[in-house]
Amino acid sequence: MVHSGSDNPNDVVRMAGIVKRFPGVLANDSVDFTLRKGEIHALLGENGAGKSTLMNILAGLYHPDAGSIVVNQQHVNFNSPRDAIAAGIGMIHQHFMLVPSQTVTENILLGMEKPRFLLRLQEYDRVVTGLGEQFGMKVDPRAKIWQLSVGEQQRVEILKMLYRGANILIMDEPTAVLAPQEIEDLFVTLRKMVAEGKSIIFISHKLNEVMEISDRVTVLRRGKVTAGGVDVHSVDKVELARLMVGRDVIFSLNKKAVQPGDVVLKVQSLFAENDKGLPALRGVDLEVRQGEIVGLAGVAGNGQRELADVITGLRKVKKGSVLICGEETTNQPVSKGIRKGVSHIPEDRTHVGTAPNLSITDNVIMKTYNQPPISNGWILNAVAAENFASGLKDAYQILVPSLETPVRLLSGGNLQRVILAREISCKPRLMIAVQPTRGLDVGAIEGVHRLLLEQREAGAAILLISEELEELLGLSDRVYVIYEGRIMGEVKDGNLEKIGQMMTGTRLEQIEQHKEVEHA
Amino acid sequence: MDILIILQAGVATGTILLFATLGEIFAERAGVLNLGVEGMMLIGAMSAFKITTITGNPWLGLLVAMAVAGLISQIHAYISITLQADQVVSGLSLGFLATGISLVLGEGLSKAGTIAYLPKFSIPLLDQVPVLGPVFFKDHSILVYIGYLLFPLCWYYINYTRPGLHLRAVGEYPAAADALGVNVYRMRYLYVFVGGMMAGLAGATISLAVSPGWFSELTTAGQGWIAVGLVIFAQWNPLRAAFGAYTFGALRRLILDIQGPMVILGIKNPFYYNPYWGYFLEMLPYAFTILVLVIGSREAIRKRMGAPAALGTPYIRGERGV
Amino acid sequence: MPKTSMLSNKLANWLPFEVRIEKRLNQPKSGYSTLLSFLSVVVALIIGAFILLLAGGDPIYSYIHIARASFSSLGVFSDTLVKATPLIIVGVACALAFRMKLWNIGAEGQFFIGAFGASSVVLLPMLPDSASRWFFIPLMILMGMLCGAIWGIIPGILKAKFKVNEIISTLMLNYIAVNWNNFFIFAVWTEGGFQMSRMFPENAWLPRLTDYGERIPLLQGLTTHLGLLFALIIAVVVWLILYRSRWGYEIRLIGDNPHAAQYAGISITRNTVLVMALSGAIAGLAGMSEISGVVHRLQGAISPGYGFTGIIIAWLGKLNPFAIIPVSILFGALILAGREIQPSGIPKLIQGIILVCLIASDFFLRNEVRIVRKQKLSIQPKGQEQ
Repeated sequence: MVHSGSDNPNDVVRMAGIVKRFPGVLANDSVDFTLRKGEIHALLGENGAGKSTLMNILAGLYHPDAGSIVVNQQHVNFNSPRDAIAAGIGMIHQHFMLVPSQTVTENILLGMEKPRFLLRLQEYDRVVTGLGEQFGMKVDPRAKIWQLSVGEQQRVEILKMLYRGANILIMDEPTAVLAPQEIEDLFVTLRKMVAEGKSIIFISHKLNEVMEISDRVTVLRRGKVTAGGVDVHSVDKVELARLMVGRDVIFSLNKKAVQPGDVVLKVQSLFAENDKGLPALRGVDLEVRQGEIVGLAGVAGNGQRELADVITGLRKVKKGSVLICGEETTNQPVSKGIRKGVSHIPEDRTHVGTAPNLSITDNVIMKTYNQPPISNGWILNAVAAENFASGLKDAYQILVPSLETPVRLLSGGNLQRVILAREISCKPRLMIAVQPTRGLDVGAIEGVHRLLLEQREAGAAILLISEELEELLGLSDRVYVIYEGRIMGEVKDGNLEKIGQMMTGTRLEQIEQHKEVEHA
Repeated sequence: MDILIILQAGVATGTILLFATLGEIFAERAGVLNLGVEGMMLIGAMSAFKITTITGNPWLGLLVAMAVAGLISQIHAYISITLQADQVVSGLSLGFLATGISLVLGEGLSKAGTIAYLPKFSIPLLDQVPVLGPVFFKDHSILVYIGYLLFPLCWYYINYTRPGLHLRAVGEYPAAADALGVNVYRMRYLYVFVGGMMAGLAGATISLAVSPGWFSELTTAGQGWIAVGLVIFAQWNPLRAAFGAYTFGALRRLILDIQGPMVILGIKNPFYYNPYWGYFLEMLPYAFTILVLVIGSREAIRKRMGAPAALGTPYIRGERGV
Repeated sequence: MPKTSMLSNKLANWLPFEVRIEKRLNQPKSGYSTLLSFLSVVVALIIGAFILLLAGGDPIYSYIHIARASFSSLGVFSDTLVKATPLIIVGVACALAFRMKLWNIGAEGQFFIGAFGASSVVLLPMLPDSASRWFFIPLMILMGMLCGAIWGIIPGILKAKFKVNEIISTLMLNYIAVNWNNFFIFAVWTEGGFQMSRMFPENAWLPRLTDYGERIPLLQGLTTHLGLLFALIIAVVVWLILYRSRWGYEIRLIGDNPHAAQYAGISITRNTVLVMALSGAIAGLAGMSEISGVVHRLQGAISPGYGFTGIIIAWLGKLNPFAIIPVSILFGALILAGREIQPSGIPKLIQGIILVCLIASDFFLRNEVRIVRKQKLSIQPKGQEQ
């Protein structure tokens, strides 16, 4: 373990012995961390390793149970984010902290001492524009947040912190929501900020990015530091991966060859709107066959969620059609899809996938409650439901004291097992899996992957919607790329470069034409 | 039956609804639904009347009414903000409690007789304007004029000032406001208090100005609930709230006054000759509230506008979501 | 999220322990919730006593009076049960709707309209006064429930179709129901210009225990009527619906997470309409039972706010139909005794305090309060320790 305890005048942040407990979890176990002036310092670790907790402490959102924080050679004790901001520390959260109904300028002025009473928006619009130009970030100060793309919203977040005079920027997984091209833009901005004397903490679980952008790296595993402030150039990717996961990571999956069968899902020139009433799908065509996993790649917010909703019947179709096993299910109720054997692993496990205050039993019978043996006419057979649930509990290793436990008390991994158990137990012909591994730790991710591959071998047609390209390429037989509600093309050979270009809006034909031109 | 006199009285009645609606807009804009408006109005009306009978000073009554209603609203604030209970149930229970207190403390007040009321006056020059003058600027209680000033001020405050910006942020996305150092809990307590004070003011407007006296639960007769409905119709906008409140005020007056004359517009007044039909007239404000909700809700769906995003959800620091 | 209370941070720095409030990670034992409800009622009664003192009353006398006036003999206990009967029915009606997070605040109106519907059988008349009890009572039940269902289904449809907030619409319908009844009492069915209809024929009365007093002397003077049996049956039926039927599962799922319900293929609009209709029908039955079992005529004052008290009772019973029964008896006693207590607002006040305390107590169901010894924050950086 590399130690950096000494007083170095270049250290702008020194956190020592930080301990933070949450009920049932030790999120940070005496963690040390230092940040030098003018560096990009990566904080690497799996989901749940304690990165965000540590940085939320530095940003004043949490109070540590023990430990000390020194910022610019001064002991600090933050009681709120306001204190941290006053000390020059600004955090850009993974879920943007922007008020959707307010303008860019209004969001930037939020919480400021000035203007004291009247907002004088026109005056401040100019200030915001000027600040953006200084760091090479273009943004319309009068636009409402909900009208902006994710990349633009991130810029607003950065501007918000710069406007507050932040010298230390904490970026929590900033690339997770961006397209490859936007990531490049972000990296340019980050380098520009470092050149102006700012220091940046870059939280990530993606090794490639960490290697590319950062100067030093600190690795966390299960709340403990496994590498503290190591020079990025002195380590290699495999070693970092081991420090992060604690064992050698198997990058390959055991995928058996399966001959695809009949078309199960066919989507034809589909149009649909998002929650704001703006077009989200603009003519999507795709099909999924028996025994194959088809990936749908794309940056978040390009229509993936709406597509999943439309296929499962949760959202109205404006134009076009959805066929499941050759039968039209366009704008049919959700129950019809369920009867046709559609299962759905939703993106939002707590708000859509489960009923948090109901028991595990009540949650696993959600798709089968109206079929025998659980239902017997009007009657719900409580014994049969319990038997069903306890069978699934054993088969899917759901770790709970009792089946009566409300699911809100389950951990993320256990919760996803409950959902998977339910969705697989109804023997699906078509499975729509949306971000099935988001937020899970490595062990749980492997389990999910294994279950998906098993379903593929069992002959299910699977549409896998994910923002993790590695996962998509590892599992899928084919990958479609979606951009602004249109399918840009289909990739069978896992060509990452092509996928990246399509994710930023280039059609496959254009890429290929371009290549031909180059060759000629 | 002089239509201008009815409208003038309607403006005064509407002022009651205006204050209550504006107050609830503040609370809901901060993310706290307070269904105790009716009870808070009642306790305001009772306190104002009681203090005025004791001291003879209506201004003191007014102040006490606002303070008492504001204070009792803090019970709801504590339960729903700090203890994170369901806002619907908490607000309802506040309503029960406030009603109970009003009835206990208001015992015997209905026999108190006449008291000193708040001053009434006309605005010189403006009251000479045809139609508008007699309706809006003639012989009104000072509270009515305060109402005229208040609703544009509220609108400006919410949309164009720094505290208004913070208020909107706390109701839309408290986590964002919290991250930038806005004290979400304090803001919510504050605006629930403001909502309570305004409900108290609305109650005092009844018992000290519009229909002076204390008639136990009939003093408010559901106007607090109509105010909650108007907030939805107004889409949390003080200007629309004013429009709704004055329209409803006029409607209420019209219903009372239409039963008086024997002849209306040259025909025999059916409500004069069949006094029991009045019961159907009295249903109208409530039926209209439902109608207005249908209109407001349809418009909200069409324009995809809605309540403040965090309305009804307790804010717990560190938990995801709005 | 764990949260150390701010008070303990600032005021109690010198204490050797701190009070921590943490979110529960396991389910509290089943008795805990009952105990908590009981304690909050006790606390509420204590707070109520203080307010009574402030208002110039004698709390101890008042409480003893309440207990004596409602439980001291078989006769008064029977009267308590008479008051509890509509409360049980209305409480169950509210609990059913609340389970789906449908805030039916309109039970009072549905009660009035149910009473109207039942009365119309006699007063319209649908049956001649000489008709048998076997025709009268079933038809009155049917009409009461039908009219209540209509009063419930209106806000249900408005909510399902136009997303109209049901809290306000049900409440507005309460006022409309009262005016509707008043019109009929004053203008159509008035008896000699008084604000009441004529007395129903005895065949339209629900049988009371005292009716059998000639054969069993013990029952003489006991006013408890058949409506109590209706109440118990309704409680059992609604419990069975909620916990042992497919429909009940749908209701509970929608109530806990409507998004999950939609995702499971359950129609929210259909269930909104159905649950509001059934809730209204049950509240309407309460109106029928009161009219036919106690009042025996249609008049203005048939409810001292049963519909609103039902809301409190449903919540106090944690929306469990069986728990609603004992709670209703307690509140029945409060209403019975309250008629003689001065000032007359006191029962309402105590109900309000009980509800406030009860909701506050839910906090302890969701969170644990632990008193822990303080750990010293180690301010020393680690490097210097070594």
